[in-house]
Amino acid sequence: MTFIAKPKVAHPSLPKNALGFTRRDYEGALSTLCAGCGHDSITAAIVEASWGLGIEPQNMVKLSGIGCSSKTTAYFVSGGHGFNSVHGRMPSIAMGANAANRALSYIGVSGDGDTLSIGLGQFCHAIRRNLNMLYIIENNGVYGLTKGQFSASADLGTKAKKGETNFQPPIDAVLLALTLGASFVARSFSGDKEQLVPLIQAGLKHQGFALIDVLSPCVTFNDHEGSTKSYAYTREHYEPAVHADFVPPEREISVDYQAGETVPVVMHDGSRILLRKLDAAYDSTNRSTAAAHIQERMKAGEYLTGLLFIEESQRDFHDINGTPDAPLNSLPFETLSPGSQGLEKVLSRYR
Amino acid sequence: MEPTDTAHPDYYHRVVDCQWACPAHTDVPEYIRLIAQGRFTDAYMVNRESNVFPGILGRVCDRPCEPACRRGRIEQKPVAICRLKRVAADHRDDVTKLLPKIPKLKNGKRIACIGAGCASLTVANDLMPLGYEVIIFEQYGEPGGLMRTNIPSFRLPQTVLSEEIGMITGMGVDLRLNSPIRSMRELLGKGGFDAVFVGSGAPKGKELKLPGREAAAANVHIGIAWLESVAFGHIEKIGKRVLIIGVGNTAMDCCRTSLRLGAESVKVMARKPRGFFKASVWELEDAEEESVAIIINRSPKAFVLENGKLTGMLFDKMEYDLDASGQITAERITDEEFLPADDVILAIGQENAFPWVERDLGISFDKWDVPVIDKTTFQSTRPEVFFGGDAAFGPKNIIWAVEHGHQAAISIHRHAQGEAVSARLPPTINLQSRKMGMHEWSYSNDYTPVERRLMPHVSIKERFKKLNIEVELGFTAEQVEQEVQRCLNCDVQTVFVAKLCIECDACIDICPVDCLTITHNGTESELRARLKAPAKNLAQPLYVSAALPQTARVMVKDEDLCVHCGLCAERCPTAAWDMQKSTLHWPLATDEARLIEAQKPKIA
Repeated sequence: MTFIAKPKVAHPSLPKNALGFTRRDYEGALSTLCAGCGHDSITAAIVEASWGLGIEPQNMVKLSGIGCSSKTTAYFVSGGHGFNSVHGRMPSIAMGANAANRALSYIGVSGDGDTLSIGLGQFCHAIRRNLNMLYIIENNGVYGLTKGQFSASADLGTKAKKGETNFQPPIDAVLLALTLGASFVARSFSGDKEQLVPLIQAGLKHQGFALIDVLSPCVTFNDHEGSTKSYAYTREHYEPAVHADFVPPEREISVDYQAGETVPVVMHDGSRILLRKLDAAYDSTNRSTAAAHIQERMKAGEYLTGLLFIEESQRDFHDINGTPDAPLNSLPFETLSPGSQGLEKVLSRYR
Repeated sequence: MEPTDTAHPDYYHRVVDCQWACPAHTDVPEYIRLIAQGRFTDAYMVNRESNVFPGILGRVCDRPCEPACRRGRIEQKPVAICRLKRVAADHRDDVTKLLPKIPKLKNGKRIACIGAGCASLTVANDLMPLGYEVIIFEQYGEPGGLMRTNIPSFRLPQTVLSEEIGMITGMGVDLRLNSPIRSMRELLGKGGFDAVFVGSGAPKGKELKLPGREAAAANVHIGIAWLESVAFGHIEKIGKRVLIIGVGNTAMDCCRTSLRLGAESVKVMARKPRGFFKASVWELEDAEEESVAIIINRSPKAFVLENGKLTGMLFDKMEYDLDASGQITAERITDEEFLPADDVILAIGQENAFPWVERDLGISFDKWDVPVIDKTTFQSTRPEVFFGGDAAFGPKNIIWAVEHGHQAAISIHRHAQGEAVSARLPPTINLQSRKMGMHEWSYSNDYTPVERRLMPHVSIKERFKKLNIEVELGFTAEQVEQEVQRCLNCDVQTVFVAKLCIECDACIDICPVDCLTITHNGTESELRARLKAPAKNLAQPLYVSAALPQTARVMVKDEDLCVHCGLCAERCPTAAWDMQKSTLHWPLATDEARLIEAQKPKIA
């Protein structure tokens, strides 16, 4: 953390997006996390991605639970809406908000503890419902806020800062999400913004639940030798399988993209994701082979990264439930409230 | 790119733009910090070490530091460096005890300086503490040279001038006033001097040979000579309507002086449009504030007389074609114009002139009749004769003359000690961490978004009452408090140790001006284009680290816009970044003396 606020002064030639905002306009409060925390890099990637998409800050909803990771929603897009929920209950709040207003961009930021321990049930059901949101797990394998105990994502054999070894198998968020039928599953690393920023953009534009499990080293409690989630270890064992480039609807796909081994995936709003295979054997449109491949690499001690699975054709929560097309706050009172006669009618169905 | 050699003294020196731009390499950020702490005397002494005349330069310096100031690239207006220098000079205590000690026992070497201007005085200032006997020959009755004769007292009060000159003459300099040197041969032959320093300035004002010039001589004046006569009280009034020819800083002094001697309408006539003016922006502003009209695109054609008396001047009206970069591509005369005038002052430049230096003394002059001087040592082709100030390379300004004086003093010392003048001490730079604790630095690192303070002036009505009322009042305490915080502490360097970096990106994410990038290496031009914010200022070198341990990428810093807030170092979990104050040591004659002394065999 830092005592002085980040000065408002900016580089005079910062580019502006379609709304006339610079990247600086998408920042939030100054981070109070440890210096060098991976989470801060993810925050910077979110800032970059939301600026690049030209999201109007007031149309962004930032949701989180409890933990170091959950503090980060305060550090980006200070013009957006925010909700810090109870530990592990962020998906419920996201669900409710999303049900009421489907027109906003939802971004939930959680940690491995908040998602895979106390919030595991909520997490699974948000995936089942294909809730239209981007869910980022800032995954560092430890409970940093309580001084570095192993979390549910701690790898077998990883060592704690004080030397204990972890003997419990981890819950892998990516494999879990694939099993539960998630429509957008990605893994990335806080130290690789070239990969992470387009993933965040694609995830925000994906209609349905988009999961990005981001390896985000805990610089204070999990960046030592023997740790399997340190900066050095992650860099050594990190294997990009598929690179995803995000192309907004208005931009043409340039020729050199077409020439290579790239597969475009068209999204609901007309934007495209260009999938570029870095691992020839990997297919990010086949759930079962993808899961098998990820598991296999994991056994070899590698983190497979990139956009690991995508299925744009899945129906999202609103589609399944036939909710109105417009946000509830835009509907006239008469439509929203059936009145006492209408209520009688509804109740009579249950008598 | 190869990793940047930060051990080279130029690298961090260049980051301190003001100090790099200052001919005398004044440690600007350091003295501004001292002012911020209320340590005016210390701030004054930091100044004095390099620029010798802080009180004088705090008023009339040409300020090469200010256009260079990084603050100007961040928010247009640079720090008011010059005005802050004056603050230190105005509020200091008595510095007598802090001045160099002059040895009672002299070293037996006698040095003659010609002209008691800033260059000669600097030579004396540097050589007196080493035990030299310095004799200064001055043609006028008072020392100061151009500073006294050409800078009007409403810009530079005589008291300030005399006090700072007094600090040097008080060292025991043998100052011989009213002693013009008529013959170099005589001086060299009979003087018995070990070295002669020529600091006689550029005292010859340029002439404008146009029809009517001779007939109108009584009312046509040469700017610098006229200012000199005003300074010594020989001229006390001027006509009602005055035309000034030329638009340099001398023209500005002439027009403002005319207003104080009774002129009612003063016009400064410029041949070219505004972008081509030689005068400093602030001097133009001050003149225009006093209702001086600056008339552009008028080329002087003839002096017009009636009954043998000047009535005005005839000008050609000029028109220019400019290209995209603002250069003149064509010019033509469209018309002519007569402007009435009672007096005309010519301020179109000045030259050095050496009618008193015989040409057969081994002192070579080039085809323009300018002495041949070595640019580093200031030595002429006759080994014991040195030149400095305007006498060396034509008119520049005080701060250049001071640096010439410092360098010439080194040469004179080496020459007098029988050492080669070209073998000189190199500059060095020292770095010292400013870290005090987790989030504490021993400098004020926060960015203060305050705009440049404006210098308060004496009211227009009041200032014309006397010739010597200083127009600029100096900053108020409140202004000082704010202006000092505008300094970006460019001398507190961001120092990077590549082997400590874990590439967590924390510094890159926090940098408010996007000056850091971790990327794969490349050629400079290619690298400049793909940094987080493109590095467009080619004059500021990039910092490129050694390969980083984890990925072999490099840390690249574009120093151009860094505000030295220290957030990169605060955010760095491994202290790969640190904020370290760089102290440049620019050798002076005393350093040379220490070295030569140390090399002498010790007597047990």
